[in-house]
Amino acid sequence: MLNVVKAELRKMKRPSLTLITFAIVAALSTLFTSLIFLRLGSASDRPRGREMMQSIQSMSRSDGGYYSFSLMGLFIGLIALTIFASQSSNEYTYGTLRNLLVRQPSRMKLLAGKFFAMTAFVILLTTSAAIVNIALSYGESGHGNVDTKLWLSSKAITGFFTVYGNMILGTIGYGLVGMSLGIILKSPMSAISISLLWFMVLENILSAILSSSAKWLPGNALSAVSTGGGTVFSYQRGLIVSAAYLLLFGGIATLLFKRRDVAS
Amino acid sequence: MSQLAISVSDLTKIYGEQTALSHATFEVPLGSVCGFVGPNGSGKTTTIRMLLGLITPTGGSGTVLGEDIRSPEKYLSKVGAMIEGPAFYPMLSGRENLKVLADLGGFPHERVDLLLEKVGLGERGSSKFKTYSLGMKQRLGIAAALLPEPQLLILDEPTNGLDPNGIQEIRELIKELAENGTSVFVSSHILSELEMISEYLVMLRKGKVIFSGRTQDLLGNQKPITSAKPEYQVDLNKLVMIVKELGYQARVENGAIYIPVGAEIGAVLNRAAFEAGVTLSSISTQQPTLEETFFEMTEEN
Repeated sequence: MLNVVKAELRKMKRPSLTLITFAIVAALSTLFTSLIFLRLGSASDRPRGREMMQSIQSMSRSDGGYYSFSLMGLFIGLIALTIFASQSSNEYTYGTLRNLLVRQPSRMKLLAGKFFAMTAFVILLTTSAAIVNIALSYGESGHGNVDTKLWLSSKAITGFFTVYGNMILGTIGYGLVGMSLGIILKSPMSAISISLLWFMVLENILSAILSSSAKWLPGNALSAVSTGGGTVFSYQRGLIVSAAYLLLFGGIATLLFKRRDVAS
Repeated sequence: MSQLAISVSDLTKIYGEQTALSHATFEVPLGSVCGFVGPNGSGKTTTIRMLLGLITPTGGSGTVLGEDIRSPEKYLSKVGAMIEGPAFYPMLSGRENLKVLADLGGFPHERVDLLLEKVGLGERGSSKFKTYSLGMKQRLGIAAALLPEPQLLILDEPTNGLDPNGIQEIRELIKELAENGTSVFVSSHILSELEMISEYLVMLRKGKVIFSGRTQDLLGNQKPITSAKPEYQVDLNKLVMIVKELGYQARVENGAIYIPVGAEIGAVLNRAAFEAGVTLSSISTQQPTLEETFFEMTEEN
């Protein structure tokens, strides 16, 4: 299995993937943090419409240092989904799966090794997002007169690791959806476009038309895991519903990967 | 240990209503070079895929290096293969592509540069795969197949896209590997090449094995062909009639006639032609080549 992880990581460390992905995450982190500090108001300021606004007081709380990072769950999740989907389905597109299976005939080991390698990659990605967000928050705090005294308190550290852990869990969940669709559809374009369409558009339409469906939608469930629970989903419900969807999709994909003939 | 590199019995693969391979039975001895021939769609690649555990047989059984083909993990570490053309990651260099496979199989990275040199890609190892010509891609595929220092090498059309020099190099490489004890199972449409290197042959037609055994036995059992060329092309039809009167059938090709009979016809034909006023500029008898035998055995009706 370690051999598979090593081989997969060798493929993933190509500059075209690592540089672009890490650059996107760094850019998003900069955007999120900058916007939060740019729109920083006093506690009495009221946001207009759906716009989000943090006050200097709220940013001075223990969670202020990682607040911008905590908002990135969906974006990192979708990046993970894209990576998992393309890394899995490209083996079919390029016809390279047969080479891999000749060198590692155990399909379950191959699948598990690929999963662990991609998981390691997205953990690194999430960690880099956390570092960039927190570093930028420290940098911006001076301009916004935000007190950072509580940012290093034990409450802040515990809170950060809870957010970080949940985000990794949610990210792996999004990744697994991408990996499953990649294997089932055997095409990166189809897997990525269908899942993005579902998570970004169709779930929102369904929730708006049929509000009761919101409690059963996979995107909402994964989002609840990423963010530690919300108004629609509690964290526990999010975990259970996500696990059910992942078992279903993962099960179908695993069965197909194990049984499917590898033809041209 | 089994003395056979490959052994299949009644091997069958059915896709829906289409039978890709029907009750194939053949053996390939250890240490031999075995040619695998058949027209397109005859079931060659399907057979190779089953030998490599990529697809599951519908029926029958088989062994590779003495191990059941339903347990490919038991033998694939000793098998090198290139099937359906070379497939690699376009964004990685040739060297990185080989290192991915070396990591996967647990082979030392030192072999990568050694093999790149061996297949003539030493200087282009760092170039991305997508920039390779078809011939270079094919060479990389062969290098990948050699990574495990295989006891059995399975090659599907290894000379596809290679220039005459490249074809000769691959032929020499296969010979060298066979001399060092590697068994080679190679499919190719360049039958003249296979005739030169294959001690054994397996021939397929419409999913069925129509010959398996020594190449020598196949060619030795074929009827010799006598060809005769008249001095003047206008006498060609007259010569065909003379052959007919002697009780044989002749085929005309490239200004000569070809009669499926041995050297015994030579003197009789020469005399008959002379008596009819036709001068022969050449007359010779040859054993049919593998290509001629292949066409005769695989043609419709």
